[in-house]
Amino acid sequence: MIFESVMAGFGGQGILSAGMMLAHIASHKGLNVTWFPSYGAEQRGGTANCTVVISDLEIGSPIVTAPAYGLIMNMPSFNKFQPRFRKGAKAVLDTTLVDPSAVTRTDVEFYGLSAGDIARDLGNVKVANMVMIGGLLAVSGLFTLDEAVIELPNALSKKHHDLIPLNEQALSKGFSEIKKIN
Amino acid sequence: MSKKVLMKGNEAIAEASIRAGLAGYFGYPITPQNEFTSYMSYHMPAKGRAFVQAESEVAAINMVYGAAATGCRVMTSSSSPGIALMQEAISYMCGAEVPAVIVNIMRGGPGLGNIGPSQGDYNQATRGGGNGDYKMIVYAPSTVQEAVDLTYNAFDVADKYKIPVFILGDGALGQMAEPVLLPEEKPEMKGDQGWGLSGAKGRDPRAVMSLRLAEGELRKHNWDLVSKFEKITEAETKYELTDTDYDVLIAAFGTSARVAKTAIRQLKEQGIKAALFRPITICPFPYAALAEAAKKAKKVLVAEMNTGQMLFDVKVAVEGAVPVEFMGCPGGESFSPEEITAKIKEMQG
Repeated sequence: MIFESVMAGFGGQGILSAGMMLAHIASHKGLNVTWFPSYGAEQRGGTANCTVVISDLEIGSPIVTAPAYGLIMNMPSFNKFQPRFRKGAKAVLDTTLVDPSAVTRTDVEFYGLSAGDIARDLGNVKVANMVMIGGLLAVSGLFTLDEAVIELPNALSKKHHDLIPLNEQALSKGFSEIKKIN
Repeated sequence: MSKKVLMKGNEAIAEASIRAGLAGYFGYPITPQNEFTSYMSYHMPAKGRAFVQAESEVAAINMVYGAAATGCRVMTSSSSPGIALMQEAISYMCGAEVPAVIVNIMRGGPGLGNIGPSQGDYNQATRGGGNGDYKMIVYAPSTVQEAVDLTYNAFDVADKYKIPVFILGDGALGQMAEPVLLPEEKPEMKGDQGWGLSGAKGRDPRAVMSLRLAEGELRKHNWDLVSKFEKITEAETKYELTDTDYDVLIAAFGTSARVAKTAIRQLKEQGIKAALFRPITICPFPYAALAEAAKKAKKVLVAEMNTGQMLFDVKVAVEGAVPVEFMGCPGGESFSPEEITAKIKEMQG
């Protein structure tokens, strides 16, 4: 099994934390995982991205050139990564900021979630990333919702532990409300 | 449930150093190793140990030199341009024979270059950027776990041979997070080890210095350093060879070796037999083992994130027995497994 993914959006949307969330679940399950962030000037307000590779085998390259899974939270990232997905890839878009009509690839399955709006309705726009992770779990079948929920205390820093119930709701909403775009 | 913890390379190497009994850390911030210094700034003072953010890299490495001369377990970390600034003191430390661990999380160069992952400091680390005849032990880990294990052990190796030991990683290793199994915590290693400067009360004074002016003294010292490194070469050389049956041998270290491993898996699916030869110590370089491994191959490909530095050592080892080709990716970037796969297919003609 090998899961090669890219997550991308604006700096501040919690992209790197979203990737870390998946990495924590994988590590907890005893799988090999690499999480590699973009760490340049781009994370200061521009686009941020990270690649997450999960496998039961030894992981070679942590750098993913043609991802099989994607989590895309803004338009510049969509424009950058749409051409790079491999054939048959599955990607979740935050349709609050990504216009679904920009989808041109027919050999990639795109799914949509209005993650920003859902998070705002839940009371905190910052959990949009967790809504997206919920959607990615549903689309990929990588981990169950329960496996994600029990990992929240490890993935979130202690000062944010009061937000665990909210993050749990966000994961669950994303998991259930994901819809296919193309 | 696994006992592994998910950590960034920088933080994991720092934690491994603390667990190795580190008594003092001296450093100056630079991307992409900032989490290293930051981690030390929290965790060393919390244990009552020395943490100093120096005013410059030159100051930091001279603090390391001074503290190492007392026999305490000490280290610094930096990235390429910062390491360049430290070369004078590193030469002094090799001359004075003091142990320390120095971590270089390489970025693109020359000069300030950029902050992307690079392997452009291979020559600097293995040939020495400082003056005079000296060599250091240089480990080139390719995973966060290996970086942890090598660093933990590097302090013992440094003490055993009284020599600075380098951990040569790159921005990808420093920034990447992987699950790691952390080693047991040792007590803080302080004390003069029988040779360090600890005050001469009740004993003869000792000198830890690189200046040797008496006639013939330095000449003898130079040859002594050579024999010391011969012992190191004999006992400490490490490498990985991934297979026994191959047509193409890829020689790569650190992050490019990981990329090569994925390429080898892709090639296997296409019926092409390739193996990886990965020096874990790039100094001492595993010349003999590579010479042996290259004999079984039709061709050797050297893949590095620079314009061809380890290439020289590979050619020295192979001695023309088989053709050696090169692919490089300088400028703070990394090649993809697909690029290596394509290059090997092209080599097979």
